[in-house]
This record gives sequence, structure tokens and C-alpha cells, in this order.
Amino acid sequence: MAKGTVAIVVERCKACGFCVEFCPTKVLALSSAFNSKGYHPPYMVAPEKCSGCDLCGMYCPDFAIHGWKLPAEAKAEAKETADAR
Amino acid sequence: MTTAAANPVEAFLRTERMPHIWCPGCGIGTTVNCFTRALIDSKVDLKNLALVSGIGCTGRVAGYVKLDSFHTTHGRAIPFATGLKLANPKLDVVVYSGDGDLFAIGGNHLIHAARRNIDLKVICVNNLIYAMTGGQTAPTTPAHVITATAPYGSFDPAFNLPFLVEAAGAVYVARWTTFHVRQLARSIGEMFQKKGFCFIEVLSPCPTLYQRRNRMGDGLDTMKFYKEHSKTKNGCPTCEVALSKQGEIIVGKFVDRERPDYRDLMREQLAAELGERFVEQAELVCQ
Amino acid sequence: MHADPAGVLTGIHFLDGDHACCEGALAAGARFAAGYPITPSTEVVERFAMRVPTVGGIFIQMEDELAASIAIQGAVWGGAKAFTVTSGPGFSLMMEHIGYAAMTETPCVFVNVQRGGPSTGLPTLPAQADMMQARWGSHGDYEIIALCPNSPQECFDLTLEAFNLAERYRVPVMVMMDECVGHMTEKVVIPPAEQLEVTPRRHTRCAMDDYLPYAPNGDLVPEMAHAGEGYRFHVTGLTHDERGYPNMNVQSQDKLVRRLQNKIQQNAERIVRFEEKDLEDAQVIVVSYGITSRVAQRAVELARAQGLAVGSFRLITAWPFPEARLRELALKTKAFVVPELNLGQMVREVERAAAGHARTLAVTHAGGGVHRPEDILAAIVEAAR
Repeated sequence: MAKGTVAIVVERCKACGFCVEFCPTKVLALSSAFNSKGYHPPYMVAPEKCSGCDLCGMYCPDFAIHGWKLPAEAKAEAKETADAR
Repeated sequence: MTTAAANPVEAFLRTERMPHIWCPGCGIGTTVNCFTRALIDSKVDLKNLALVSGIGCTGRVAGYVKLDSFHTTHGRAIPFATGLKLANPKLDVVVYSGDGDLFAIGGNHLIHAARRNIDLKVICVNNLIYAMTGGQTAPTTPAHVITATAPYGSFDPAFNLPFLVEAAGAVYVARWTTFHVRQLARSIGEMFQKKGFCFIEVLSPCPTLYQRRNRMGDGLDTMKFYKEHSKTKNGCPTCEVALSKQGEIIVGKFVDRERPDYRDLMREQLAAELGERFVEQAELVCQ
Repeated sequence: MHADPAGVLTGIHFLDGDHACCEGALAAGARFAAGYPITPSTEVVERFAMRVPTVGGIFIQMEDELAASIAIQGAVWGGAKAFTVTSGPGFSLMMEHIGYAAMTETPCVFVNVQRGGPSTGLPTLPAQADMMQARWGSHGDYEIIALCPNSPQECFDLTLEAFNLAERYRVPVMVMMDECVGHMTEKVVIPPAEQLEVTPRRHTRCAMDDYLPYAPNGDLVPEMAHAGEGYRFHVTGLTHDERGYPNMNVQSQDKLVRRLQNKIQQNAERIVRFEEKDLEDAQVIVVSYGITSRVAQRAVELARAQGLAVGSFRLITAWPFPEARLRELALKTKAFVVPELNLGQMVREVERAAAGHARTLAVTHAGGGVHRPEDILAAIVEAAR
């Protein structure tokens, strides 16, 4: 049950891999999609594990990702979205 | 869909200038996150915050942050910042620059500002190289490292920055790496609570030049290296924290002491000598 | 705007040029100076160090001229009027930051009490050999204003004027003294503050969201803000646009650098100052500046006593050079005689302005002393033939 989620500014990402590596709950992985510069941005491979700690945001040198804690009522919504995927 | 919370760093960026020029895997942007986090957490008054940088990759920070910011000449951020701070002591003046800028061409100014204990907060992003100009040897480059001007490996002994800055008189000296994001943000916040010459060294990858030329992998490999090889030793004597090409990286807060800052010294001396004739203005603003 | 009485030492004084220069700065409202000891200029800041704590300002002796020349600019952006003082070797060190001041349009004053050069040269003896350096010493295309006092009184007057010009045009202004004028002691009259005109800082009144730090305005001079006022502006030495952001391409370079040039050149007629005497019928005109103009004055007297039709033209601003006026005079006179304490610097400008319409004779002197009136007289006689 996800306590948090992230937003990614795809066009800013340079696929350095910091967020993927240092996410404490391994929520992220580099996707097979790519942005206009040819980089593979991350995506939430395990969104339910996100705690919203924003370590990804602290690490990202390109200001391309950040995380936040979800308010209680939105967690149900996030679960629905994750289930549907 | 829930409304996304804004990235706290966005409020501090000149977003119209994004994307920035730093390479994939460069750690400078990471330090900017830590800097902005520290500003938020310590509730620094942004109107009275000025940021001064020199020339180099780290020097470009000044152009990306939405603050009163000054991109000055190579090595001279500190004397510029000294004049700025003396003219308007209400300002919190941050010097944000690189190892070559602050310790080679700027070395003389650094030691004198530390000696005088000018109230400046210095963030030195140390990538052990002159990055912007293509990867030449810096006074911090460890021995045997290959650089553009040491193609057979550097044989220059390198500075131990915390040791140097402590000896010169700094009241706050810390070292972290771009892996230590939380500790770095906390240290920056601590600097703002302190009066006097404060210095934080942040080790950062330069994947394009330093790491690539020395077959040390990319930015992520370097971050993992920092994680594996760093040891936190708060209060460690600074003479013991020298760096080497592949050795242990001692991080932590090394020095946190009290000394009267330059302004205090000036006021005390002039007031003692001149008594009532001494006139001190809150700020030197001309009409 | 009138001068702040706190900095004005009203009265009749007996001061040398260095000391008078310091008083001029104080009268102009300078409350910050950074300097480094160098003969024969040091007395300016020594006096400032003594005076300014009772006036409400700061002097800091920096570790070198590189630091001094940029510390004053930090102080300017913090709100102060600021200046530094040096001589030849220090002037050379300050060149990068003179260029920075020109590029960032930071109003500040650089005083050069010239001495014999090149290199260490003659630290205690006069010369005027930095005149071209004042104009061209830093890299790139830029403009400066340079003033040449010829007496301690003018050291006061023109230092005050230097600050006014710096504020009016947001440009670094050089006060080109020499060791002789700096160390000679003469009567200096300092009027009451309300009789001294001081130019205020060109501070913006724009709302924070609308402010463009380098928008040209009508007269090519942008409006300034100071750190700590909430404008959150950016200043850089990189080629920049009106927002102050780095913008490095052919178009923005052309736009910026030409505006910096036009800012001074299109206002040159308002900036140039000179003193003319006996020009109505002059066959020979002696063009001089600084201490040499005092000797030239005697030479012209001697020449006129011999019946020669000689006039004098004294440069008060060396830069911008008063080329329009000299071009006019070249059409009416036979020759210019240009004595200088150097091997021929401002004479090149005279020659250029004359464009072949009048002969130009240089009366050079390698420095270390001043001309004898007879040396200049001989050149006048030669020019009159």
C-alpha cells in the first residue's frame, strides 16, 4: 500500500541512475521508453513500495524527479491505479 | 488523480533556464537540491540571501538559482563576497564554487577570508579536477590520476582542503560527498546558524572527464564508490582526512568552533579607540 | 543631489593630491574602499582608513589588488559607493576586474597615481605612461572614462566628478593622477556640502516582477538594484541578455557590446571636459594633461613672451578623448605640441584626431621627473617654423 508517489519530468532526465540505485525500497527502474534526447527515464516498477521519502528528488542532479507522501484518502486512489496497471 | 506536490527545488530555480549544462551523472545538481532543502528547513530569509560564485562548472550554480546571484571572475568570488557582506551585513552571503576556483587561483583569497573570519558560507564542490575547461589537474587531484595536463598521471601532491581551511581559521569545516544528501543538507543548515567563515567540501563525480579518463566508470559507479569507501568520523583531526585516488574518504563535521567574526573585531577595536566618534552604519547604502 | 555633509571636510586646506583625492571620494559619498599598499598611492587609503570610521564607512586592506578591485564591486552591489587606489603594477593586476566592471556595468572608481614603469620601475617618481592602458588594458571591447587632475585641488574636484560619472553612466572611471600631483601640497578649498553636486545611484523603481537588470532604457544606461531588496537578479561577466542571463551567440554579443560602446561614445560630448586658452589665433597648440600641463603653462608663457601665437589645450578627460574638438582645431592651427611623461601615448590620439590637417610634435620623457619648460619651448619654436 503506497504511502507516497513520484513525479518525473521526463524531458529533463539524463538516465544517470541515481534515483534507481538509491531508492530505499527499489521502486524505480529505467524504462525502455526514451525522451527526445535518447535517455531512458525511470518509471515506478513497484509503486506500492513508495514511501514518499523523496530521496530520489534529493539525489536527482537534473531536477527531474521528486517524491512526496500521499495524504490518507489518496492512498486508496493510488492503490486502484496501481491495481489497474 | 491526486494533485502532485511541487518539487521543493523548483521554487529556487530559474526554470526558464532549464535544462542546465551539467553532464549526466555530475553531482553539482545534487548539491543544489541539498542547498535548497537546507534553505527551506532552516527558514533562511531568501530576500537577504545572496549567492556568489566563480568560474567553472560549479560556478554556473549562480545562474540557475532564483536568488540575488553574482557570477564573478575566476578565483575572486570570495573577495567579491567580502565587499558585499561588509557593505550590507544583513545579507547571508553564500559562496558556491569549485575546487580549482577556490583553491588554485582563489587560494590566496580563501585563506585571508578564513584568517579574518569574514562571515561567509562557502560550499566547495570538489570534483578533483578543472572540469569546465576539459579536465586539467587541480590542486586537489590525487596522485597518479590521469588528467588533460598530466597525461601520464599527476605527480603533484594534493591539498587536504579541510586541513588547509581549518589552519587558515575557519570556524566550521565539514566534508560530505554527493552520496550523503541528508548529511549535506543538515550541514548547510548548520552553517546558516553560525557566524564566521564556514566551509563545506562536497566530493562530486565528474564522469565526463575525471572518471572517464581514469576508467573509474560513470557517475553512478562513483556514487557507489562514495557509499562503499566513505567513513563518517565527526570531529576527526583534519590532518588525517587527506584523499587518495582509490582510498578511504573520511566525511563528517570536523571543526565547529567559536571566534569573533571580522565585523565584531572591527567594531571592538574602533569603538575602543574612537569611543563616541566611531560611527557604524547598519548598511552602507548610498542614495 | 547635494553631498552628505558627514563626508565633506569643508574649509581651506593645505593638502597633497593623495589626501585631497581621499576627501573628494568622501565628499562624493564613498563609504567603502578596499586597497593594497603601493607607492605613491597608499596615502589615499591611509587617510580613508583614518577618516571613514568617524563618517560611517569601511576600509579594508585586502591581500592583493586582484582582491581589492573586486571587493569594491561586491560593496557596490551591496549598496555602497566604492573605490580603490593603486599605481602601475597594481593597475595591471586590476585589469581583469576593470573589464568585469565595464561588462556588468558596476559604477566604481579606480585611482591610479602613476609612477615610472614598466614593471617595478620608479616607485617614488612620476610618469604618465599608463594612459593607453587605462583605455585598453583589459581584454575585449569596452569603454571607460578617465580624468587627469593637475593639482591637489583638482584631485579633490575630479575624484568627486569621477564618482558622479560612474553613477551616471554605470561605468568604471579612472582618476589618472601621477606621483607629482599626488605628492605636491597646495591649497585645496572644500566648499560646504550644499554646494557640491553628487549624482545618486541609478536605482530602479520598477516592480520586482517587471525589472530587467540590463534593459537599455532610453539613454542606454540600465537601472540598478542592490542585493537584499528582493529583486533576485543575476549578474554575470558572461555575455548576457537584458535579463542578465548568459546568452552566448553572435547576436547577443553584438547587441551587448555595441550598447556598452554607444553608452559612452554617444554621450561623449556630455562627458568630455577640457580647458582651452589663447586659441583664437594660435598657430601652435600645446596639448597636455596632469602635471605636465603645469610645466606646459610656463612654456606657453615664455613662447608668447617671444611673440609666438601659441595656445594651450588641457585634457581633463583623457578618455573619451575630445576628438571632435581637436579635429576642429586641427583645421585652424598649424601644429600641435604634445608633451607627456611617456614615450608618446596621448599624442597618438591627437595625431589621429588631426587626421593630417596639422603637424603633431611629441615631446617625450621617459619618466622619473617632469619636463623642463625649455624642452617644451624648444618644441613650440620648432612647430612654429
